[in-house]
Amino acid sequence: MTLGDILVNVQGVAKHYGEGETRVDALRSIDLRVHAGEVIALLGPSGSGKTTLLNVIGCILAPTAGRVELDGDAVFDGIWLRSDLRRLRLDKIGFIFQAHNLLPFLTAEENVSVVLDLAGWSAAKGRARARELLDYLEVGHRAKVKPALLSGGEAQRVAIARALANRPRIILADEPTAALDSGRAQLVMDLLRKLATEQEACIIAVTHDEKIFDRFDRLIHLRDGRLADA
Amino acid sequence: MNLAIKDIRHGLFRFVLTCFGLGLLMTVVLAMIGIYNGLVADALAVVKAPAADIWVVEAGTQGPFAEASSIPADTRDAVARMPGVAEAGAITYQTIEAAHAGQTLRLYVIGFEPGRPGGPQRIAEGRGLGTSHFELLADRKTGLVLGDTIRLGRNRFSVAGLVEDAMNSVGDPAVYVTLADALTLQTALDPAAARVQVARGDQGIRPATVAAVIARLEPGADVALLTATVRQWKHLAALSQTEQEDLLLASVVDRARRQIGLFLGILLSVSAVVIALIIYTMTMEKLKQIATLKLIGAPDRTIVALIVQQAMLLGASGLGIGLALILLVKDNFPRRVVLEPFNALVLTGIILVVCLVASGLGVRAALKVDPATALGG
Ligand SMILES: Nc1ncnc2c1ncn2[C@@H]1O[C@H](COP(=O)(O)OP(=O)(O)OP(=O)(O)O)[C@@H](O)[C@H]1O
Ligand SMILES: [Mg+2]
Repeated sequence: MTLGDILVNVQGVAKHYGEGETRVDALRSIDLRVHAGEVIALLGPSGSGKTTLLNVIGCILAPTAGRVELDGDAVFDGIWLRSDLRRLRLDKIGFIFQAHNLLPFLTAEENVSVVLDLAGWSAAKGRARARELLDYLEVGHRAKVKPALLSGGEAQRVAIARALANRPRIILADEPTAALDSGRAQLVMDLLRKLATEQEACIIAVTHDEKIFDRFDRLIHLRDGRLADA
Repeated sequence: MNLAIKDIRHGLFRFVLTCFGLGLLMTVVLAMIGIYNGLVADALAVVKAPAADIWVVEAGTQGPFAEASSIPADTRDAVARMPGVAEAGAITYQTIEAAHAGQTLRLYVIGFEPGRPGGPQRIAEGRGLGTSHFELLADRKTGLVLGDTIRLGRNRFSVAGLVEDAMNSVGDPAVYVTLADALTLQTALDPAAARVQVARGDQGIRPATVAAVIARLEPGADVALLTATVRQWKHLAALSQTEQEDLLLASVVDRARRQIGLFLGILLSVSAVVIALIIYTMTMEKLKQIATLKLIGAPDRTIVALIVQQAMLLGASGLGIGLALILLVKDNFPRRVVLEPFNALVLTGIILVVCLVASGLGVRAALKVDPATALGG
């Protein structure tokens, strides 16, 4: 398999929380490159820094040190290099959070189309795209329902649809299949794989789900904030 | 997609309840403004009613409203003869209690000379007074209707006409009677000792006295000159209409006005704090959702719009409900509640500023919130 562009390039990234006695080194000098078309699993015990790393790549968390490049643009080098991080997230990054974080006052469909609305899509096109994704993820029948009435798995799939709606090239997923049965987990993995290929995107997914390990191109192990490539 | 509306519809019951509560608060504020205006309007009603230019009163007094004034009734002739005076009328004021329909009415009796200044400007129902005795014109708030009779002093008066908005500065409704009847009434209500004197045959010695003589001037006549001339006469003083109005506001209703004014100030401050608190709390409750919006890439514009639109909608609904309610109930107040469009406009301005400031506080908190807080889990 030929490798595409480097979409994520992380160099020497470190992140610690707190100072002195309470200091926690969540990440210690991480180097990671992910290419377009790659689907990568991030593994490691609880507290090893997986979420922290995703948040750094997703420009939600400023690392303490290091350099981050996304899609060829340097976005962090000791400090944030861009002031429009939110626009960057909107256009380039799809984030599937560990907690689904759906907006309670919007229906499932609106939770997806709100991203497209923000990105400047017309309402009709946004709705159509939202329906298409929800249908694919087998939650189309729940499109008009508010998150409070969705099951954990349904909410998770709506959140996945939201992350993918604007066709981002970098998709970060924190346990995307944790709330899903194995059939639906396979479905999500199929979709992510399809996106990686068709949209030349890269997928970095945190997972504990051994049943889907074989669906990844690479497994990356984190331990105490360090990468331990297998 | 309007997030503000979506969020409101999500918690519609609560939002409506909040608007309604705010509406009630606005009703109280508007009622207080109306009461304040009504107090001033009522107080001025008695001075404005005769549409006079000059008030001639007893020397050394600020009569007839701020202080008691008593001048000979024939002063009217002297005033009427002055150059520049178009017409003049003598007028008396007294407050009496009378029984009617099993209740005690407190009445402000205005005695005037029919055909001369001093009577009501407009008769709402019935006719004006002529020369016949023992007739009166009653303010509607007295509860009297045309044809009713009521005993004042030793005589029974019949209601010939009805007028509106006639009362003294404390709100007692007025009745108009002829000056002749008013003077009889005055004598009837004199202290017992005086009445004994009268019974002994002193009647002729005591000249009829009135509270004031009012004059309307010819166009172009000099008010200042005329009042100055009157002041040169012994025993008399003169006030222009504006002086009389200012005097009434400054002396008679000043304290009541300041009292209500201060209360209104407190009420407005309380409302401001309540509105600010509601809007601020509304925003703080949404901080996690705002963080989520930031996570998915919403610009500050979207977040500011969400907060400000909700604040404005809340303020507008509260104000709307308040206005509707006060218009519905204002006529049931025992005293006049006067609301001018200007008042509603000023209140709208105040609410607008309060909503903006409050949403400013919310916006500040919202813009500071770290998108990562949405991940707490
Ligand atoms: N906001 C924070 N403040 C302080 N410490 C934190 C914070 N967030 C994470 N940590 C610590 O940093 C370390 C890495 O946390 P992280 O959430 O990245 O782990 P994880 O690998 O995602 O774990 P899990 O599998 O349980 O989700 C942990 O020790 C955690 O306690
Ligand atoms: Mg985690």
